[in-house]
Amino acid sequence: MKARLYGKLGDALFTALLVALALGVLGVAGLLAWELWVGGAPAFRAFGFWGFTLSSEWNAVSERFGAWPFLIGTVVTSAAALILAFFPSLAAAIVVAEYAPRRLGEVVAYLIDLLAALPSVVYGLWGIFVLVPLVRDHVEQPLFLWSAEHAPALMGLLGPPTGIGMFSAVLVLALMILPYASSLARDAIRLVPREQREAMYALGATRWEVVRRVVLPYARGGIFAGVVLALARAIGETMAVTMLIGNSGQLPYSVFGPAATMASVIANEFTEAEGELHLASLLAVGFLLLLLSLAVNLIADFILRRMSVGEGRK
Amino acid sequence: MLRRFFWLVFLLVPALAAGVTLNGAGATFPYPLYAKYFSAYHKLTGVRVNYQSIGSGGGIRQLYAQTVHFGASDAPLTDEQVEAFERKFGTAVVHVPTALGAVVPIYNLPGLSTPLRFSGPLLADLFLGKVKKWNDPRIAELNPGVKLPPFPVTVVHRSDGSGTTYVWTEYLAKVSQEWRDRVGVGKSVSWPTGLGGKGNEGVAGLVRQTPGAIGYAELVYAVQNKIAYGAVQNRAGKFVLADLATVKAAAAIDDFPADTRVSLTDTPAPDGYPVASFTWILVYRDLDKNRAFKSKAEAKALFDLLWWIVHDGQKLNEALHYAALPEVAVRASEANLRALRYRGEPLE
Repeated sequence: MKARLYGKLGDALFTALLVALALGVLGVAGLLAWELWVGGAPAFRAFGFWGFTLSSEWNAVSERFGAWPFLIGTVVTSAAALILAFFPSLAAAIVVAEYAPRRLGEVVAYLIDLLAALPSVVYGLWGIFVLVPLVRDHVEQPLFLWSAEHAPALMGLLGPPTGIGMFSAVLVLALMILPYASSLARDAIRLVPREQREAMYALGATRWEVVRRVVLPYARGGIFAGVVLALARAIGETMAVTMLIGNSGQLPYSVFGPAATMASVIANEFTEAEGELHLASLLAVGFLLLLLSLAVNLIADFILRRMSVGEGRK
Repeated sequence: MLRRFFWLVFLLVPALAAGVTLNGAGATFPYPLYAKYFSAYHKLTGVRVNYQSIGSGGGIRQLYAQTVHFGASDAPLTDEQVEAFERKFGTAVVHVPTALGAVVPIYNLPGLSTPLRFSGPLLADLFLGKVKKWNDPRIAELNPGVKLPPFPVTVVHRSDGSGTTYVWTEYLAKVSQEWRDRVGVGKSVSWPTGLGGKGNEGVAGLVRQTPGAIGYAELVYAVQNKIAYGAVQNRAGKFVLADLATVKAAAAIDDFPADTRVSLTDTPAPDGYPVASFTWILVYRDLDKNRAFKSKAEAKALFDLLWWIVHDGQKLNEALHYAALPEVAVRASEANLRALRYRGEPLE
């Protein structure tokens, strides 16, 4: 009797606790959005929502602010990093889950996961001291000199080959998000039922055919979830990007030239922003960043849903 | 067990009750110096000072929000900011200079043994992106006998808002009409060209990594990290390499203002380095108007601390590569500190 009473009370308490925690998370997210909105409101009021979002002038001296260069910078760097990282991460996942002997697969998987555990400032340092000189001397300068000789029209697109800029930032960003995409893809591939594969092998399929016809279609939900997670990481990444991207909000951007992202401009200018409008504009950029992340997640959710419907039909 | 706990309380209580604790926040540039001041002062008097180096802008905001006893800034308050304090709290803000800093041009040109010489207008044109090669005749003209490589010029600037940038752009605006019109003066400006690095270390890192780069950094940072920097021509026409003596000499000007809010860039002093600046501690003149103060004892402690900094504390400056205050600044600060009040009473 006593035990049962205790159990019921415990149950109720546990439920209440869970609900409170879940609501708390909702509340914190809501409060975050609200605070950013309120903080950024003076900027939206001064320039208009679209005026602020689409203007490409960011000048703390004349107090005119627009988020467009940073929005473009964030979208371009994260999209490019995702494109670069997608196939290697998928390949790594397939190798680990399907091809490699178990021991080797475990070691490789462990090393890939370790990439996610490195602090981003370490990536930034590695980028500055190792990647930048390498990229500058062996990729950017040869390409630049080649284009100067053969295709002068390309020079503007390539930009100054100093090593610091969009190109290096995207490379490091791709490396940073690779483990996220890879690890979710790996789990999804491992979850593909044995029977499915065996059935395919029984039909005389080769290993490649099994991967292409069974494993990848079956695991695509998980693979896509990894892609979304990686993209979200890329959008929000601050430290390594700030160290490598060259931090210049002057449009137009070039491939090798400096750029800036929403996260990097906030990190750079927040501590010393004195004018009220400057501070408000930085918070407004934060609000836009939140909107962008929300949009990415909503679209991802929509696509995932479509995918699972397709699976059900099949 | 319990008894042991009581002993702990007995041990702790006197420690807590003994000293006044003062809180300050602001500029990062003088942080190493302030850390030294405050630890020396704690040993001397038992007064504890917490200083958070959150940046000049943050220091001014915290002072305005009255969460700290004093703020610290690399740039003096603007007239609008002074008025804002007066309107809201009905008190002036007193600027107490603590040290002099300088900003130096740093560059990466392999194989140079002597420091390069720059003139103000040349620096402005370099940072405007108008001088594109290191073997430009304008650079060669100032540096006869120096073999300049035909490298392209890569400008490196601070990406974060910074007092260093403020001093640098203020100097460039004073010596170049075009800089004044196109870029202006500020802690973060809209740079016409170049790469941005975060902090002195970010700029220095990019300059070191990029042959042909030119950037700017705090003298203290350049000296401590053994980075080569150039000499700058001052208004008297002399090429001056920044060091403790030439930076201090920059403040040797005739009409030193009583409130010490003076810009030393492009100084008329004949031996002065032209890109120098004070760094200040900011306090309310009527200290009781600042809610951070709970008692007259705290106000008195702050007064004593500031008095000590502008006198005995100055001996600590040069070991850390900060120039000490010149005599005029000490005299002006004495008068300003004597004007501090707590509920109308002087604190001396």
